Amino acid sequence: MSTIPNFIEIPVNPEIAQKEFEVYSKPSTLTDKPFHYCPGCGHSTVHKLLMEVVEEMGIQGDIVGVAPVGCSVFAYDYLDIDMQQAAHGRALAVATGIRRMLPDKLVFTYQGDGDLAAIGTAETLHAANRGENILTIFINNAVYGMTSGQMAPTTLEKMVTTTSPFGRDVSTQGYPLKISELLAMLPGVTYVTRQSVHTTANVRKTKKALRKAIELQQEGKGFCLVEVVSNCPSNWKMTPLQSQQFIQEKMIPFYPLGDIKTPEGK
Amino acid sequence: MGEIKLMKGNEALSEALIRAGCDGYFGYPITPQSEVIEYLSREANARTGMVVLQAESEVASINMVYGAAGTGRRVCTTSSSPGISLMQEGISYIASAELPCLVVNIVRGGPGLGTIQPSQADYFQATKGGGHGDYHMIVLAPYNVQEMVDHVKLGFELGEKYRTPVMILGDGALGQMMEKVELFEQMPRKTEFPDWATTGKKEGIHRSIITSLFIQPEVMEQVNLRLQAKYREIEKNEVLYQTINCEDADYIFTGFGLGSRIAMKAMEMAREKGHKVGLIRPITVYPFPYDIYKEFAGKVKGILDIEMNAGQMVEDVRLAVEGKTQVEFYGRMGGMIAGPDEVYEYFEEKFLGGK
Repeated sequence: MSTIPNFIEIPVNPEIAQKEFEVYSKPSTLTDKPFHYCPGCGHSTVHKLLMEVVEEMGIQGDIVGVAPVGCSVFAYDYLDIDMQQAAHGRALAVATGIRRMLPDKLVFTYQGDGDLAAIGTAETLHAANRGENILTIFINNAVYGMTSGQMAPTTLEKMVTTTSPFGRDVSTQGYPLKISELLAMLPGVTYVTRQSVHTTANVRKTKKALRKAIELQQEGKGFCLVEVVSNCPSNWKMTPLQSQQFIQEKMIPFYPLGDIKTPEGK
Repeated sequence: MGEIKLMKGNEALSEALIRAGCDGYFGYPITPQSEVIEYLSREANARTGMVVLQAESEVASINMVYGAAGTGRRVCTTSSSPGISLMQEGISYIASAELPCLVVNIVRGGPGLGTIQPSQADYFQATKGGGHGDYHMIVLAPYNVQEMVDHVKLGFELGEKYRTPVMILGDGALGQMMEKVELFEQMPRKTEFPDWATTGKKEGIHRSIITSLFIQPEVMEQVNLRLQAKYREIEKNEVLYQTINCEDADYIFTGFGLGSRIAMKAMEMAREKGHKVGLIRPITVYPFPYDIYKEFAGKVKGILDIEMNAGQMVEDVRLAVEGKTQVEFYGRMGGMIAGPDEVYEYFEEKFLGGK
C-alpha cells in the first residue's frame, strides 16, 4: 500500500536557505495548507494577493471573510482569518449579518459568478443597494467550476460548456451578464473595478485594486466590488497557458478591464 | 412583579425581544406578524442600540441571522408559514453550524399562499426537521400572550445553552389577540462573546470558522453523532408541559398552543356535565413530552387531540401511548378555528356513544 504525502519534501540546503537570499515568500496570513485548486487556476493567485494585502496592512485580526459555495468553498482552509461559510448565493446576506453586528470590523465576501450573479443575484443587488460596508471579491471564470463546467450567467456567447454543448445560444439561454456594470449604477456602491491575474502586470494591478477597496472599507465608504476575470483550465479543457490566452482574446474584449466606478467620480 | 400591560401578541413578543437584550433582528413583512418588524423599527434601536434590518426576502433574513449569530450575538427573525418555508435551507445550515438564534413562526393556513388566518399546520415542519439533513430545533409552543413574552427569554437561553436554533411556534390568533401580560425587566445586551464567534482572529487563540461543510464522510458522521448526542441531552433535560385535572381523569384532552385553549374550554364543558376529563398541554413540542402521555396510556379510557390542522401532533401522541389507549383527533384546517362546543360534541360521539 502506498501513501501519498501531503507535501512533497524538497531537501533544503541550509547554506542557501537564509533570509538574505529570500526573493519570494508566502504571506504569513496564508495557512500552510497546499491549495486544492487546479494547476493554473486564478483562485490561488487571488487568495495570495488578498492575504498579502491583509499582512501588509496589519489587519489580520480586524477582518472577517465569507466563503461561498463553489470552487472557493474551502477558502477558509487557506486564509488564516476568522471566516464563515455561506449557503449558495447567500454570502452577502451572511456578510450583512456579520457587518451589522461588528461595525468596527472589515468584512468581505469571496464569490464566483454562479454564486454571485445567478443564485445570489437578489442578495448581491440588495446588499450593494443598501451600501453595506462590505468588499466583494468576484471571480468571473464564465463557468460553474465546482460542478464541472456548466454554463454560468457570465458564460460568453457561443462558448461551449456541458449545458451549452453547442455553444451558448443567447436566443434561448440569455446573454452573458455584466453584473459589475449593473451594480456600478447603484448609489450605495463606491468602487467597482474589473481586473485579471493572467499576466504579471495584471496581478500587480489586482493587488492595488484590493488594497484600494480595503482602504475604502476602513473609511466606511460603502459597497466595493473587485471583479477578477479568471480562468478555469480544467473545465475550459485547456492548458493553463491556453486559458490565459483565452482570457486575453475572448474574455477581456467582452469584460474590459479597468475601473468601472471610483469614489473619485469615474 | 414586572410591568403589566395589555398588548397584542406580536407586539408583546417584540417588546420581549428588546428586553431580552437582542442584538439584531432581520426580517421581512408577512401577515399575520408584520407588527413585529414595525414595532422593532419604531422602538428598538433608540432604546438598546439593537440592529433592526428589513431584508429583501426571508431567504436573506435567515442568512443574515446565520452571519450575525456567527458573531456570538443574540439574534432573531420572525415570519409566517410561507416565509418560514423559504428559511428552511438557512435553518438547516444554522443547526449544522451550531449557531444559537431565535426563529418565530406565527403560523397561518396553508398549503401554498393559503390564508392569513391562524393555523397550526406547520407542526411537522417545525418539529421534525423542516430543512434537509438530520437536525432539530428546540420548538416552544406558547398558548397565550404571556408565553409569547416568556418564550423569548427562554428561547434565547436554551439556544445559547445548546448552540442550536430555537423556534417559537405561535399562530395568527396568538399574534393578533390582545391580553394582559407581565413583562420582564430590561436585560443588558451582552458584552462578552463566546470564543467560537467570528469577531476577528485573536492573537494566540485558534481562529474561528463557522461552517456546515465537512466533505469527508468520516468527519460528517462525527458531526452528526455530536448533533444527535446534543438532541438526546435536550430530550432528557428540556421537556416542558402542563397538566390540568389529570389526577382523576377518565379521559384526556390534549393540544398545543391555541389548540390547547380550545381543549381547555371543552374540558370545562365536559367537567360541568360530570365527565372526568383532564388536559395535557405540551409547552415544548420538540422535545416532545412523550413520557407524560405514556404515564396515562392504558389508564385513561381515551385521549382526544385538538389541533388547527389535519392531525400532526396526534402522531406523536399515538407514538407515546403505543396503542394502549384509544386516541382520537379533532381538527379544523385552512384558518378555521374549532369551537369548544364542536370539540365536546365530537368527544361525546367518539367516547360516550353519542348523546
